[in-house]
Amino acid sequence: MTAAATLPIANADLDAIRRDMLKFAHLQLRDRAQAEDAVQEALLAAFANARNFAGRAALKTWVFAILKNKIVDSLRQRNRTINVSALSAADESLDQAFEAQFKANAHWNPGARPSNWGDPEETLRQQAFWTVFEACLEHLPENTARVFMMREFLEFETPEVCQELSITTSNCNVILHRARNGLRRCLEKNWFSAGEQPC
Amino acid sequence: MLTCKNATRMLSEAQDRELVLSEKMQLEMHLALCKGCRNYRKQMKFLRQTCRRFVEESSKDGA
Repeated sequence: MTAAATLPIANADLDAIRRDMLKFAHLQLRDRAQAEDAVQEALLAAFANARNFAGRAALKTWVFAILKNKIVDSLRQRNRTINVSALSAADESLDQAFEAQFKANAHWNPGARPSNWGDPEETLRQQAFWTVFEACLEHLPENTARVFMMREFLEFETPEVCQELSITTSNCNVILHRARNGLRRCLEKNWFSAGEQPC
Repeated sequence: MLTCKNATRMLSEAQDRELVLSEKMQLEMHLALCKGCRNYRKQMKFLRQTCRRFVEESSKDGA
């Protein structure tokens, strides 16, 4: 590979960036081969337009912007063959868990009432939190996670998400609500109420 | 009177679109009385903030 020679960074740095890209793409595509393809295409596009970067930080920001577009392309292609609105067993179990949070009158069960998570910045500073967050994302059912990440990671507006995936607005709302509630329950259980901070 | 269950649906949608006035009024009245749903609202905002930060940190140069 001589491509790296055209970029103003060392091979080891490129490897590190590539690893981060792969992790990011895999989280959203949940398919090793498609993630590799998206990363490869993003890097090739970056090489093809190699220009002067003020170091590796600028390069990384730029290739990630390209990578996001490649992920969108990959999702679009796949969405032609997949029915996003089909409910998996995992989705149904999330819906059951949602219902179980409420009493018969549709108000909170005392044990399920959302708690106060305190200062967000404090939480986000803790490295261990991010491990839990990623695990919770990975734990979401595939289609539900895809809709959520298009909205929150790739920052599509909700009508665009529905349109891209050929689903109705109300279906989109149901899926996003399922994802958010699933994620919030996972964080509450595994981070916020997992006892005091480990010492 | 809005139930907690429906309040959570509205709080999720509020992340995606501007609620209309009647929805806002219903929701605010509910939130004024319901600590659980006030926490839910904060949690929804936290999720958005966390996702944004996650993407920023992923594409930023590591240590």
